[in-house]
Amino acid sequence: MSSAPPKTRPGSWTVRVREAGVAALPPEKLLPDGQPTYVASWIYVFGVASIASLVVIVASGSILALKGPAWWHYTGVGHFFNSIHMWAVELFFFVMVVHLWGKYWMAAWRGGRARVWMTGAVTFLVAVPTALTGYVSQQNFDAQWIATQAKDGLNSVGVGAFFNVTNFGQMYSYHVLLLPMAVIGLVTAHVLLVRRHGVVPPFELEER
Amino acid sequence: MLSTAVVVAMGAIVNLNHPAHTVDWSFIHMSVANVVVIGLMLVVFVLAILLPFPGAARRRGGGGS
Repeated sequence: MSSAPPKTRPGSWTVRVREAGVAALPPEKLLPDGQPTYVASWIYVFGVASIASLVVIVASGSILALKGPAWWHYTGVGHFFNSIHMWAVELFFFVMVVHLWGKYWMAAWRGGRARVWMTGAVTFLVAVPTALTGYVSQQNFDAQWIATQAKDGLNSVGVGAFFNVTNFGQMYSYHVLLLPMAVIGLVTAHVLLVRRHGVVPPFELEER
Repeated sequence: MLSTAVVVAMGAIVNLNHPAHTVDWSFIHMSVANVVVIGLMLVVFVLAILLPFPGAARRRGGGGS
């Protein structure tokens, strides 16, 4: 076998994708050594807190999906994981809203960061139905009540013909596959865009 | 399953056996629980701006990376 490096084929799509990827996000930007000094503030903590909550949500949700409704309703451990999942969602929304407020008031779309802002805002919007489909997938009276209330609300705005919040099978597949994939995809794009453009700096104070 | 004694003890701390208390202000109609959560988010937001971050002064002084 020859130890010579293989010849690069400029026309190959894999080469084009690789070169475009490295140009857009070189390794030192993707995994930097440090962050600017202005990041040493509590207001910059809530983005990573949102990701940490999302990791707990996905991990606990995967266990719930493996074991099923009878387990999360009728066993102590199942109740525990159900509670972990629910409270991680509460925490996720709590820290994500504080993150959103912080970025709104520092105009985080400055400096070519419009896509960073937009992916973050859309993540919040997609996370809302992700949570709703979870509440209606509990398989209890609470889920039935929420589903019938949501049905009326969704019908009143004219989108009730496209999906049925009282259909457990449909809502459960939305909740464990389609919407989480969208959230995870958006969060991944959001983080990569933050890496590419850098964390938004605070406004400069005017000299007086 | 939780024992009856535990259920009674927990019920004594937080009695949820009633319709939600709500706050009504013009067209705004929210449960007290949601108002409390929004209030906590505002408090955390203000504290995150005001409270010093550990090591921030040292980093700004050139002691860090």
